[in-house]
Amino acid sequence: MKRAEVTIAINGLVRRGTVEPRTTLVDFLRDELRLTGTHTGCEHGVCGACSVLLDGEPVRSCLMFAVQADRHQITTVEGLAPGPGELSILQDAFWETHAMQCGFCTSGMLIAGHALLQRTLDPSRDDIVEAIGGNLCRCTGYQQIIEAIELAGRRLRAANAPENASEAGAAP
Amino acid sequence: MSAAPQFRYIARKRRPKEDRRFITGAGHFVADIALPGMRHVALVTSPHPCARIVSIDAAAALAAPGALAVLAGDELAAATLPLMVGVDTPKVRRYPLAVGSARYAGEWVAAVVADSRARAEDAAELVAVEYEPLPFNLDPERALDPASPPVHPDHGSNILLRKQFAWGPVDEDFRRAPHSIKYRARWGRSATVPIETFGVLAQWDPGLAILDVWASIQMPKYPDQIARALKLPGNAVRVHFDVDVGGSYGVKRGIKHTVLVGYLARKLGCPVRLIEDRLENMQGGDMHGPDRIFDVELAYDGDGMVRSMRMRALDDAGAYTGRAPLQLGKPIGAIVGPYHIGSVAYEAISVTTNKTVQEAVRGFGQGPTNFALETGIDKIARRLGLDRNEIRRRNFIRHDEFPYRIPSGSEYDSGDFHTVQQKTLSLARWPALVAKCDRLRAAGGLAGIGLAGCLEPSGGNSAFEPLLNDKNDTTTWMEAVRLRVDGLGAVTVVISTSSAGQGHETLAATVAGEVLEREPDDIRVVRADSLTALPSNSPVGSRMAIMLGGATAEAARRLKAKLLAIAAHNLGVAAERLAYDGGSVTVRDAPERCLSWDRLVHIAHRNFHLLPPGLEPGLEVSHTMQVPTGGALPTADERVQMYPCYSFEFHVALLTIDRGTGKPHIHDYFIGHDCGTVINPDIVRGMTMGGIAHGIGAALYELFQFDGQGQLVSQSFMDYLLPSAHEIPHIEMVEHHTPSPHTAFGQKGSGEAGYLGAPAVIASAVNDALAPLGLAIDALPIRIRDIEAALAGRGETTP
Repeated sequence: MKRAEVTIAINGLVRRGTVEPRTTLVDFLRDELRLTGTHTGCEHGVCGACSVLLDGEPVRSCLMFAVQADRHQITTVEGLAPGPGELSILQDAFWETHAMQCGFCTSGMLIAGHALLQRTLDPSRDDIVEAIGGNLCRCTGYQQIIEAIELAGRRLRAANAPENASEAGAAP
Repeated sequence: MSAAPQFRYIARKRRPKEDRRFITGAGHFVADIALPGMRHVALVTSPHPCARIVSIDAAAALAAPGALAVLAGDELAAATLPLMVGVDTPKVRRYPLAVGSARYAGEWVAAVVADSRARAEDAAELVAVEYEPLPFNLDPERALDPASPPVHPDHGSNILLRKQFAWGPVDEDFRRAPHSIKYRARWGRSATVPIETFGVLAQWDPGLAILDVWASIQMPKYPDQIARALKLPGNAVRVHFDVDVGGSYGVKRGIKHTVLVGYLARKLGCPVRLIEDRLENMQGGDMHGPDRIFDVELAYDGDGMVRSMRMRALDDAGAYTGRAPLQLGKPIGAIVGPYHIGSVAYEAISVTTNKTVQEAVRGFGQGPTNFALETGIDKIARRLGLDRNEIRRRNFIRHDEFPYRIPSGSEYDSGDFHTVQQKTLSLARWPALVAKCDRLRAAGGLAGIGLAGCLEPSGGNSAFEPLLNDKNDTTTWMEAVRLRVDGLGAVTVVISTSSAGQGHETLAATVAGEVLEREPDDIRVVRADSLTALPSNSPVGSRMAIMLGGATAEAARRLKAKLLAIAAHNLGVAAERLAYDGGSVTVRDAPERCLSWDRLVHIAHRNFHLLPPGLEPGLEVSHTMQVPTGGALPTADERVQMYPCYSFEFHVALLTIDRGTGKPHIHDYFIGHDCGTVINPDIVRGMTMGGIAHGIGAALYELFQFDGQGQLVSQSFMDYLLPSAHEIPHIEMVEHHTPSPHTAFGQKGSGEAGYLGAPAVIASAVNDALAPLGLAIDALPIRIRDIEAALAGRGETTP
């Protein structure tokens, strides 16, 4: 089959490859680039395990061909941490609340949660449910995932809040 | 919930060790493993529910780009032994690929191997199979009829198992009781449906003559079963347990997948991988769950005390034996639930139909039985006009009656059902909840409160196998660990199983840390492969807190005893005079005389001359643990101790139903949960919450639906509806801790928590909402359309 060239910025690195036109984005990420943090659960766009960010918006990488991502920016779970060996605030919050069990849906949940927190640092429970409503988790019943996103929102708000004058004075 | 003060690490918040790799995308799932030269399998499946395979023409497929091989059932069957089954049905032969006939739509008929999965799928489409359709049957009740089309003609009938038990004077109790009630409860075919499908990768090493296997697996005696089917010695199969399993909750058994791929890898001389796609998983992955019709009769008196029960459970196993019949056996260990029911007659029937095969599903049949029993308790309350909490209070076994032996032979270890019920009702702010329900009703809505109390038998010892199969004499279901302290003083625990999210690394580290008084975060937990492993029976039957926790605790105690022996020898005092604190050993009445952890480790690893006579050098202990209370075969009157520990949970839910559409909405959900001592609170809470979500799915949404032609119509996530975050309410939980007397720290199992009671409580709430209309629905799942139809039948729908 004729192969097509693609150039995709993935987690900040420009990656080039040739793919069959029918190759899905998730297969390209996993099989060609060995970015195996993105998972396939249903391959028909329902479960959300394959979620990645396309130019900052969460998409199903099983419902896209790799060629459709040509000259776009992709962020996968491997690109969420600020640096090697570090965790993002959301990732750390997932650990703190144990927002997972088997870990299979976790990458997609992190992508969905990350995208939500890009929009608002003070999401309501409904906002969170809406954001992760297209990501299926079979282990947790979602509660500790919702708590993780709430916790990350709180921490991000606190990190960005201007310091209270009296507290600032009391701080060492 | 406060941490139990007697523990240093147990019962306290601790970030699970496993989580870090998952939040960074660094999990190690089977589909993440790629070996050089690896080939891929796609499957050709039967379009017919029953058909003779006339011919298979693979020529076009083999000519397709990248295609390497096409394997059909005859070749595989000639080279392998049939897959093991739990009950005595030798004529129901099952192989990974259909032999002679296909017996359900979706059954694997041929396997195609190519250099990519996509090309394997292309080639699979070119395999031409000629079928001769045969009569089929999809109705389990019809399967009891000797004239029904036989799924396995050699077997002689469609009945895989039919066994009647009578424990106690059932007929007499029914005669003496002033009332009785008869009802049918139906549990629909659903399953755990993990987000990761089943996958396996195998490679034959010709130099070593070893078959290496990486799989998404949760199967007791998996390496043995593969070796046996492939006619290999047990030590020629090496299963790598360091594979993260993307959810299982029972179903990831994968023997047929592994035998197929193992055979192909050996035959073709290259690594071969099969990762089911969702369609293969749903149709032919053989992971459906119980599909059960209960006919129940309860004898009770005017106070609502249930005196006796007759229960017939008819289960539709699908086309092959699988583990399905045994799932009728586990509930015997808690057949009366949390109640004083003095006598029980139980008939367990498992039949074949032309449907997908069953696999073990969370709770192994206990969830359906709990639902059937709780349905009856509600019905009696309604008949007598008794409060549904009160009838449970009256029938519950009391705290002061434990240990309590139920009619079928199992002794419940401990529990405090009344307190858990009361704590749950307090959590639910019961009077306010009732008032809320009343308000919703007064406003014209359909609202109901559900209640359910149920048991979670845990620590499985597989005693249902000998109970249901005279040829099975299994009396152990052991688990083992190896604990080592290296020459630098670091602690490593070696476990011998893969995990599917249960947190076994955290469990083993926390327990080893507790006993050795060493920081659990510094303890490494690794997984052996099956050739370096100690005996394990994998994480089934809510057993790992009890068995892996217990084995780790005992190994750590023995290691500590070794450290104390070394210290006693070197300090010149009896071990009784020594105090162990954080790994250092001190003479009690002379605290200045002390040997540090590092010093003791050094002596053990380097100083044979300083070791007490007879003590092995090094610091390593292996321990294989037998199931507490296990070890005996069933008695002549068919009673047996089924499980060592019994967790309890009480559920309360408030739900409304839209009068127009029939759509249910869960407003409030509360659970009281008692699994004894909790080792990691976040893990137990998560499993409970997840189990409830799973149970809500089984109650309202999930069904493997076959059409009249035997085709599975709910074969994608568009049709088989897993609950999303939209469907799961906020859940409030209260813990209670009744320690088990049989375990290292009083812990019990919790892996099936939530799931075992959620279906019952949702059904209870729906029926409480429908009761004012004189309606009842006792068949799960209760889908929107079922409610709508019930409402329409009464003319209750509004425009």
